[in-house]
Amino acid sequence: MLLIHCPYCEEERPELEFRNAGEAHVVRSANMAGESDEDFEKFFFIRSNPKGIIYERWRHIHGCARFFNAVRDTVTDKFVMTYKAGEPKPKKLPGVAK
Amino acid sequence: MAKVAAKTAPASLSVGRRSALAGREALGAGVKVEPLGPAERVSLRAPAESAASLSRALGVTLPEKPKTSAAKGGRVVLWLGPDEWLVLDEEGKDLLGDCAKAKQLHSAVGISHRNMAISVSGPAAEACVSAGCPQDLSLAAFPVGASTRTVLGKAEIILYRPAADAFRVECWRSFSDYVFTFLSEAARDAAA
Repeated sequence: MLLIHCPYCEEERPELEFRNAGEAHVVRSANMAGESDEDFEKFFFIRSNPKGIIYERWRHIHGCARFFNAVRDTVTDKFVMTYKAGEPKPKKLPGVAK
Repeated sequence: MAKVAAKTAPASLSVGRRSALAGREALGAGVKVEPLGPAERVSLRAPAESAASLSRALGVTLPEKPKTSAAKGGRVVLWLGPDEWLVLDEEGKDLLGDCAKAKQLHSAVGISHRNMAISVSGPAAEACVSAGCPQDLSLAAFPVGASTRTVLGKAEIILYRPAADAFRVECWRSFSDYVFTFLSEAARDAAA
Protein backbone atom coordinates (compact mmCIF):
# COMPACT_ATOMS: atom_id res chain seq x y z
CA MET A 1 0.00 0.00 0.00
CA LEU A 2 1.20 3.51 -0.81
CA LEU A 3 1.78 5.87 2.08
CA ILE A 4 0.86 9.45 1.26
CA HIS A 5 2.04 12.39 3.34
CA CYS A 6 -0.91 14.62 4.22
CA PRO A 7 0.31 18.20 4.75
CA TYR A 8 -2.60 18.90 7.13
CA CYS A 9 -2.30 15.72 9.23
CA GLU A 10 1.48 16.17 9.08
CA GLU A 11 2.16 12.47 8.68
CA GLU A 12 2.05 9.59 6.22
CA ARG A 13 -1.30 7.91 5.89
CA PRO A 14 -2.42 4.81 3.96
CA GLU A 15 -3.67 5.43 0.43
CA LEU A 16 -7.13 4.00 1.25
CA GLU A 17 -7.93 7.27 3.03
CA PHE A 18 -7.25 9.38 -0.08
CA ARG A 19 -8.94 10.15 -3.35
CA ASN A 20 -7.47 11.69 -6.49
CA ALA A 21 -9.09 14.92 -7.63
CA GLY A 22 -7.51 15.62 -11.03
CA GLU A 23 -4.77 17.92 -12.22
CA ALA A 24 -3.66 20.80 -10.01
CA HIS A 25 -2.93 24.42 -10.88
CA VAL A 26 -5.66 24.65 -13.54
CA VAL A 27 -6.52 28.34 -13.23
CA ARG A 28 -10.12 29.41 -13.69
CA SER A 29 -10.50 32.61 -15.66
CA ALA A 30 -11.68 35.67 -13.76
CA ASN A 31 -13.78 36.62 -16.77
CA MET A 32 -15.42 33.31 -17.64
CA ALA A 33 -18.15 34.85 -19.83
CA GLY A 34 -15.54 36.58 -21.98
CA GLU A 35 -13.52 33.42 -22.65
CA SER A 36 -13.27 32.26 -26.25
CA ASP A 37 -14.48 28.72 -26.99
CA GLU A 38 -10.90 27.58 -27.59
CA ASP A 39 -9.68 28.96 -24.26
CA PHE A 40 -12.63 27.45 -22.43
CA GLU A 41 -11.99 24.09 -24.03
CA LYS A 42 -8.36 24.26 -22.88
CA PHE A 43 -9.42 25.16 -19.33
CA PHE A 44 -12.25 22.67 -19.08
CA PHE A 45 -11.19 19.58 -21.02
CA ILE A 46 -7.52 19.59 -21.93
CA ARG A 47 -5.15 18.07 -19.38
CA SER A 48 -1.40 17.67 -19.66
CA ASN A 49 -1.21 13.86 -19.09
CA PRO A 50 2.61 13.83 -18.96
CA LYS A 51 4.92 10.86 -18.70
CA GLY A 52 6.90 11.62 -15.56
CA ILE A 53 6.24 14.39 -13.05
CA ILE A 54 2.62 15.46 -12.69
CA TYR A 55 1.01 17.98 -10.32
CA GLU A 56 -2.27 16.69 -8.94
CA ARG A 57 -4.97 17.58 -6.45
CA TRP A 58 -5.68 14.93 -3.86
CA ARG A 59 -8.20 14.80 -1.07
CA HIS A 60 -7.73 13.15 2.32
CA ILE A 61 -11.39 12.25 2.21
CA HIS A 62 -11.41 9.61 4.97
CA GLY A 63 -9.10 11.67 7.19
CA CYS A 64 -9.04 15.42 7.63
CA ALA A 65 -11.18 15.77 4.46
CA ARG A 66 -8.82 18.46 3.12
CA PHE A 67 -7.78 19.00 -0.50
CA PHE A 68 -4.04 19.36 -1.08
CA ASN A 69 -1.59 19.18 -3.96
CA ALA A 70 0.81 16.37 -4.71
CA VAL A 71 3.72 15.90 -7.08
CA ARG A 72 3.72 12.38 -8.44
CA ASP A 73 5.77 10.47 -10.97
CA THR A 74 3.45 8.72 -13.41
CA VAL A 75 6.17 6.25 -14.41
CA THR A 76 7.15 4.97 -10.97
CA ASP A 77 3.85 5.89 -9.23
CA LYS A 78 5.94 7.47 -6.46
CA PHE A 79 4.82 10.56 -4.60
CA VAL A 80 7.67 13.08 -4.81
CA MET A 81 6.15 15.55 -2.34
CA THR A 82 2.86 17.04 -1.17
CA TYR A 83 1.98 20.60 -0.21
CA LYS A 84 -1.05 22.52 0.99
CA ALA A 85 -3.74 23.76 -1.36
CA GLY A 86 -3.20 27.35 -2.46
CA GLU A 87 0.57 27.16 -2.21
CA PRO A 88 2.55 27.79 -5.44
CA LYS A 89 4.18 25.01 -7.44
CA PRO A 90 7.38 24.04 -5.63
CA LYS A 91 10.46 25.26 -7.51
CA LYS A 92 12.72 22.45 -6.37
CA LEU A 93 11.58 18.86 -6.14
CA PRO A 94 13.45 16.64 -3.69
CA GLY A 95 15.30 13.80 -5.39
CA VAL A 96 14.33 14.75 -8.95
CA ALA A 97 16.93 15.68 -11.56
CA LYS A 98 15.94 18.60 -13.75
CA MET B 1 -68.37 0.66 17.72
CA ALA B 2 -66.73 4.04 18.06
CA LYS B 3 -66.99 3.84 21.84
CA VAL B 4 -65.25 0.47 21.94
CA ALA B 5 -62.40 1.75 19.80
CA ALA B 6 -61.90 4.74 22.08
CA LYS B 7 -61.67 2.48 25.13
CA THR B 8 -58.97 0.24 23.66
CA ALA B 9 -56.70 3.11 22.52
CA PRO B 10 -53.12 2.69 23.82
CA ALA B 11 -52.33 4.55 27.03
CA SER B 12 -49.17 6.11 25.65
CA LEU B 13 -48.01 6.77 22.12
CA SER B 14 -44.36 7.26 22.98
CA VAL B 15 -41.90 4.74 21.58
CA GLY B 16 -38.71 3.91 23.43
CA ARG B 17 -35.38 4.51 21.75
CA ARG B 18 -33.83 1.26 20.56
CA SER B 19 -30.19 0.95 19.60
CA ALA B 20 -29.46 -0.48 16.15
CA LEU B 21 -27.08 -2.90 17.85
CA ALA B 22 -29.20 -3.66 20.94
CA GLY B 23 -28.23 -6.89 22.64
CA ARG B 24 -25.24 -7.69 20.44
CA GLU B 25 -21.86 -8.63 21.82
CA ALA B 26 -18.82 -10.48 20.54
CA LEU B 27 -16.08 -12.09 22.57
CA GLY B 28 -12.70 -13.24 21.34
CA ALA B 29 -9.53 -14.38 23.06
CA GLY B 30 -8.51 -11.17 24.83
CA VAL B 31 -11.01 -8.83 23.19
CA LYS B 32 -14.61 -7.82 23.72
CA VAL B 33 -16.72 -5.95 21.15
CA GLU B 34 -19.91 -4.33 22.42
CA PRO B 35 -22.13 -1.39 21.45
CA LEU B 36 -21.89 1.73 23.62
CA GLY B 37 -24.91 3.60 24.88
CA PRO B 38 -26.36 6.76 23.36
CA ALA B 39 -24.33 9.97 23.59
CA GLU B 40 -24.72 13.60 22.63
CA ARG B 41 -22.64 14.36 19.54
CA VAL B 42 -21.91 17.59 17.74
CA SER B 43 -20.04 18.12 14.50
CA LEU B 44 -18.23 21.40 15.07
CA ARG B 45 -16.66 23.52 12.33
CA ALA B 46 -14.95 26.78 13.16
CA PRO B 47 -11.98 28.91 12.10
CA ALA B 48 -8.97 29.16 14.40
CA GLU B 49 -10.12 32.59 15.69
CA SER B 50 -13.25 31.04 17.20
CA ALA B 51 -11.51 28.15 18.96
CA ALA B 52 -10.84 30.03 22.21
CA SER B 53 -14.41 31.18 22.68
CA LEU B 54 -15.79 27.71 21.82
CA SER B 55 -13.37 26.12 24.28
CA ARG B 56 -14.70 28.38 27.03
CA ALA B 57 -18.31 27.63 26.10
CA LEU B 58 -17.77 23.86 26.07
CA GLY B 59 -15.44 23.73 29.08
CA VAL B 60 -12.87 21.73 27.08
CA THR B 61 -9.96 23.20 25.13
CA LEU B 62 -10.34 22.31 21.45
CA PRO B 63 -7.23 20.36 20.38
CA GLU B 64 -5.22 22.01 17.60
CA LYS B 65 -2.75 19.26 16.76
CA PRO B 66 -3.65 16.57 14.22
CA LYS B 67 -4.78 13.19 15.55
CA THR B 68 -5.25 14.42 19.12
CA SER B 69 -8.20 14.82 21.47
CA ALA B 70 -9.11 16.56 24.70
CA ALA B 71 -11.28 15.14 27.48
CA LYS B 72 -12.76 16.75 30.57
CA GLY B 73 -15.64 15.68 32.81
CA GLY B 74 -17.32 13.14 30.53
CA ARG B 75 -16.88 15.37 27.51
CA VAL B 76 -14.47 14.51 24.68
CA VAL B 77 -13.42 16.66 21.72
CA LEU B 78 -11.78 14.83 18.83
CA TRP B 79 -9.65 16.64 16.21
CA LEU B 80 -10.90 15.62 12.76
CA GLY B 81 -9.46 18.34 10.54
CA PRO B 82 -7.81 21.78 10.76
CA ASP B 83 -11.22 23.38 11.40
CA GLU B 84 -13.36 20.38 12.30
CA TRP B 85 -14.03 18.61 15.59
CA LEU B 86 -16.36 15.92 16.89
CA VAL B 87 -17.66 16.70 20.37
CA LEU B 88 -19.03 13.83 22.48
CA ASP B 89 -20.88 13.94 25.77
CA GLU B 90 -21.82 10.59 27.25
CA GLU B 91 -23.78 12.15 30.09
CA GLY B 92 -26.25 13.58 27.61
CA LYS B 93 -25.62 17.23 28.49
CA ASP B 94 -26.82 19.85 26.02
CA LEU B 95 -23.84 20.35 23.71
CA LEU B 96 -25.66 22.50 21.16
CA GLY B 97 -26.82 24.84 23.91
CA ASP B 98 -23.26 25.19 25.16
CA CYS B 99 -21.93 25.86 21.64
CA ALA B 100 -24.57 28.55 21.18
CA LYS B 101 -23.01 30.47 24.10
CA ALA B 102 -19.95 31.13 21.93
CA LYS B 103 -20.59 34.31 19.98
CA GLN B 104 -17.75 33.82 17.50
CA LEU B 105 -18.42 32.38 14.05
CA HIS B 106 -18.93 28.61 14.10
CA SER B 107 -21.19 25.84 12.84
CA ALA B 108 -22.43 23.24 15.31
CA VAL B 109 -24.59 20.44 13.95
CA GLY B 110 -26.21 17.87 16.23
CA ILE B 111 -25.44 14.35 15.01
CA SER B 112 -26.28 12.40 18.19
CA HIS B 113 -28.53 9.94 16.36
CA ARG B 114 -26.48 9.74 13.18
CA ASN B 115 -23.59 7.86 14.76
CA MET B 116 -23.29 4.63 16.69
CA ALA B 117 -20.41 3.90 19.01
CA ILE B 118 -18.80 0.49 19.45
CA SER B 119 -16.32 -0.34 22.18
CA VAL B 120 -13.44 -2.68 21.42
CA SER B 121 -11.56 -3.50 24.60
CA GLY B 122 -9.06 -5.97 25.97
CA PRO B 123 -5.39 -6.78 25.39
CA ALA B 124 -6.13 -7.83 21.79
CA ALA B 125 -8.20 -4.72 20.95
CA GLU B 126 -5.43 -3.27 18.78
CA ALA B 127 -5.13 -6.47 16.74
CA CYS B 128 -8.91 -6.59 16.36
CA VAL B 129 -9.26 -3.04 14.96
CA SER B 130 -6.13 -3.48 12.83
CA ALA B 131 -7.90 -6.28 10.98
CA GLY B 132 -9.75 -3.63 8.97
CA CYS B 133 -8.03 -0.32 9.65
CA PRO B 134 -4.98 0.46 7.48
CA GLN B 135 -3.42 2.91 9.95
CA ASP B 136 -0.55 2.04 12.27
CA LEU B 137 -2.31 1.58 15.62
CA SER B 138 0.74 0.73 17.73
CA LEU B 139 1.05 2.82 20.88
CA ALA B 140 4.04 4.66 19.39
CA ALA B 141 2.05 5.88 16.36
CA PHE B 142 -1.44 5.98 17.89
CA PRO B 143 -1.02 6.78 21.60
CA VAL B 144 -3.70 6.94 24.29
CA GLY B 145 -5.96 9.89 23.49
CA ALA B 146 -5.31 9.74 19.74
CA SER B 147 -8.27 10.13 17.43
CA THR B 148 -8.74 10.11 13.69
CA ARG B 149 -11.21 9.64 10.92
CA THR B 150 -10.23 6.58 8.91
CA VAL B 151 -11.69 3.46 7.29
CA LEU B 152 -12.58 0.02 8.64
CA GLY B 153 -13.08 -2.43 5.83
CA LYS B 154 -15.38 -0.57 3.46
CA ALA B 155 -16.91 1.82 5.98
CA GLU B 156 -15.71 5.19 7.20
CA ILE B 157 -15.20 5.33 10.95
CA ILE B 158 -13.89 7.68 13.60
CA LEU B 159 -11.41 5.97 15.87
CA TYR B 160 -10.59 7.14 19.38
CA ARG B 161 -8.29 5.47 21.87
CA PRO B 162 -9.36 6.31 25.45
CA ALA B 163 -6.97 3.74 26.98
CA ALA B 164 -4.06 1.59 25.81
CA ASP B 165 -6.29 -1.47 25.48
CA ALA B 166 -9.55 0.19 24.46
CA PHE B 167 -10.91 1.78 21.29
CA ARG B 168 -14.09 3.67 20.60
CA VAL B 169 -15.27 3.11 17.03
CA GLU B 170 -17.83 5.66 15.81
CA CYS B 171 -19.65 4.92 12.58
CA TRP B 172 -22.82 6.00 10.85
CA ARG B 173 -25.91 4.20 12.14
CA SER B 174 -26.67 2.57 8.80
CA PHE B 175 -23.10 1.20 8.67
CA SER B 176 -23.22 -0.11 12.25
CA ASP B 177 -24.37 -3.62 11.33
CA TYR B 178 -21.50 -3.97 8.86
CA VAL B 179 -18.92 -2.48 11.23
CA PHE B 180 -20.06 -4.55 14.20
CA THR B 181 -20.08 -7.77 12.19
CA PHE B 182 -16.63 -6.93 10.79
CA LEU B 183 -15.26 -6.37 14.30
CA SER B 184 -16.93 -9.55 15.58
CA GLU B 185 -15.25 -11.59 12.85
CA ALA B 186 -11.95 -9.84 13.61
CA ALA B 187 -12.35 -10.59 17.32
CA ARG B 188 -12.40 -14.33 16.58
CA ASP B 189 -8.95 -14.11 14.99
CA ALA B 190 -7.38 -11.43 17.17
CA ALA B 191 -4.83 -12.44 19.74
CA ALA B 192 -2.80 -10.11 21.91
